[in-house]
Amino acid sequence: MTTEKAARRPMVKAEQVHKSFGHVEVLKGIDLEVQPGEVMCVIGPSGSGKSTFLRCINHLEKIDSGRLWVDGHLVGYREKGGKLYELRDREVAEQRREIGMVFQRFNLFPHMTALENVMEAPVLVKKEPKDRVRERALALLDRVGLGDKVDSYPAQLSGGQQQRVAIARALAMQPKLMLFDEPTSALDPELVGEVLDVMKQLAEDGMTMIVVTHEMGFAREVGDSLVFMDGGVVVESGAPREVLANPRHPRTQDFLSKVL
Amino acid sequence: MTVDQDVQKGRPEPIRAVPVRHPGRWAGAAVVLVLGAMFVHFLLFNPAFNWSEQWKYIFSDAVLRAVRNTIWLTVVAMVGGVALGIVLALMRMSPNPLMRGAAFLYLWFFRGTPLYTQLLIWGAIGALIPTIGIGIPFGPEFHTWETQKLINVALAAALGLLLNEAAYMAEIVRAGILSVDPGQQEAAAALGMSRMQTMRRIVLPQAMRVIVPPTGNETISMLKNTSLVAAVPYAELTFTAQTIYANTYQIIPMLIMACLWYLFLSSLLMIGQYYLERYFSRGVGGNGGGNRVRLRALRGGGRR
Ligand SMILES: Nc1ncnc2c1ncn2[C@@H]1O[C@H](COP(=O)(O)OP(=O)(O)O)[C@@H](O)[C@H]1O
Ligand SMILES: [Mg+2]
Repeated sequence: MTTEKAARRPMVKAEQVHKSFGHVEVLKGIDLEVQPGEVMCVIGPSGSGKSTFLRCINHLEKIDSGRLWVDGHLVGYREKGGKLYELRDREVAEQRREIGMVFQRFNLFPHMTALENVMEAPVLVKKEPKDRVRERALALLDRVGLGDKVDSYPAQLSGGQQQRVAIARALAMQPKLMLFDEPTSALDPELVGEVLDVMKQLAEDGMTMIVVTHEMGFAREVGDSLVFMDGGVVVESGAPREVLANPRHPRTQDFLSKVL
Repeated sequence: MTVDQDVQKGRPEPIRAVPVRHPGRWAGAAVVLVLGAMFVHFLLFNPAFNWSEQWKYIFSDAVLRAVRNTIWLTVVAMVGGVALGIVLALMRMSPNPLMRGAAFLYLWFFRGTPLYTQLLIWGAIGALIPTIGIGIPFGPEFHTWETQKLINVALAAALGLLLNEAAYMAEIVRAGILSVDPGQQEAAAALGMSRMQTMRRIVLPQAMRVIVPPTGNETISMLKNTSLVAAVPYAELTFTAQTIYANTYQIIPMLIMACLWYLFLSSLLMIGQYYLERYFSRGVGGNGGGNRVRLRALRGGGRR
């Protein structure tokens, strides 16, 4: 079993993931696999559970049933002798370091400059030496095209610039998986491109990514796979071009006819 | 297009209109001036102020010692009150219902009883709790102290103010924490920060923007509320003024002298408050909205 896993271990594996808020079941059995280096795009109508699923992957939400693995490790639990043990807060935090997350509303720390935003977690959480982190942070900000904005506060940056800082901030932890929750939905149309460019570059560099998005062009061009979610289940998945051009399920057809 | 027209027609003549008169403003100013002059006259020529008597005592050893005690009380009560207030606020927001309940009871008692009465109790604490010891709860004690010796008047006064202040600070801190966008905690958690790290580095610094202005007001209130520890009794400014006029019968001069000291100290606090607020609003709205902050600082505070 272990040798089999080591041979080709998926970066993310979900098995019958269920999640309810009170009496409302939001995720009704999600099954999927994301291979290392894969870019998976997730589309679907509002309220279909896309954000909730992403948040389950780094244990910001607890799942009610099913199993969820990241890089072979059960998310939020330890399995021993057929029994599940909840992880301590510290262990959950350790798991999260490996997973970067980018939010629709950026969520930059407003009292810190762009550079301080990027440096904060590696210094505080990983206890890395400051000068080494600074070097890496400057390189990252340069990579997202903000080498000249390192000392700006978030309020002094445009939405597109803020989102690029947020991506640099997540990358500074050197994650092996990046989650994007509608990273361009809060942006003015003319600023969407600059963020997608950064994400495309990241994909080309081999990062494993799950991207919830409404940018069908990005999904077609950059995505290795596409998942259509509706009502808390995966309705259809496959190669992006295939799904976008020839959706098989009527709900997919209906959704795509509205957004394309 | 428009530029062309301007050039053709030339710039229109600047407007020279007769300004609106404001007779009301002039009348109001006149009234204020007359009242002001009367007040200055009252200050200078009413013998009851006895300025020379005030001058005799304002920098006397006893008064300076009292000023020092007042400052000491204010600092200790505020620093301790803020620290304990943060703990209480975190307890109130804890997932543990026992913690929440304990914090609630604390606030209920200290906010539900008058500060003056609490201070009277502190003055007589030896009667309530004759001895204090360390040992096993309900079990043997290793060492025992007499309360009245362990807690001298200075400590009793400071504790009384501090514990009361913590109850108010807890509410201010809680409001500050709740004012921070929950997305911030989420982002911090996603980066692998612990709850404590998130609180210390992300949430509290942002909450400060909401916490600092009322805390400045609390500090100014505290400076004035130290006068209540005459109940303990402890030789702070007002109590000392009272002891002096008990001998000289110069009541008004000594009370005015105390007021002058309070005014001087609270003015210092307001200046400090201005700079603190400016510091904690960095990163928000460019230059930190200096003007609005200054107005808020000058409005000062007073409650109870
Ligand atoms: N914390 C929460 N408490 C209660 N309901 C929630 C919570 N988060 C999400 N929901 C509900 O779950 C459903 C799915 O939400 P979400 O995952 O955000 O969908 P999507 O991202 O696809 O728009 C929605 O109906 C939403 O109202
Ligand atoms: Mg969403």
